[in-house]
Amino acid sequence: MNAEALYEQLKKFQESKGYFFNKDKDMVLALLESLLFNKDRYGYMACPCRLASGDYEEDKDMLCPCVYREEDVKEFGACFCGLYVSKEWNDETIPHQTVPERRPPEKALAALGLL
Amino acid sequence: MAPHIKVYALSTCIHCKKAKEFLTGQDLTYECVHVDQLTGDERKAIVEEVKKVNPRLSFPTIVIGDTVIVGFQKDDILKAIGAA
Repeated sequence: MNAEALYEQLKKFQESKGYFFNKDKDMVLALLESLLFNKDRYGYMACPCRLASGDYEEDKDMLCPCVYREEDVKEFGACFCGLYVSKEWNDETIPHQTVPERRPPEKALAALGLL
Repeated sequence: MAPHIKVYALSTCIHCKKAKEFLTGQDLTYECVHVDQLTGDERKAIVEEVKKVNPRLSFPTIVIGDTVIVGFQKDDILKAIGAA
């Protein structure tokens, strides 16, 4: 499967749940490519903008769509990566800000055996 | 003399890619570490390094001289290189 096919496969379903792909299609395709790359190397679609540990159990919260998407889109209109956004984000009726990392660092450190 | 610039990044992260493109566009040279491509002790050492400057452990983390910039923030980068 390539990024374009994944785009088509996910688009309708995610929009039905109120999540839209960023209108910057090049960015979206690059992120989807990274998700496919992560699926190849880890076996699951770990978030491309977070450091995966390679351990599925430890990384479950950052499988795309991550558990932080809902709150990030609600607060900023975009998920941490900028892959999924609100309608308002795409319509530019809200400002585009850098979304800060919501994932607790302890989770990443524990997964890396550094806690 | 331009400050030393180090970018802690992930090879799959779009914001990291855009940050590096921005730095290149400003004709700045920088050192880049793709943390996701490291393994074992090397990865742990670099993660400890990132943690010291950015306890959130998020990427990109950009260190320009003594300034730490978390995420791709153009204005902060320009300020840190004295261009703002």
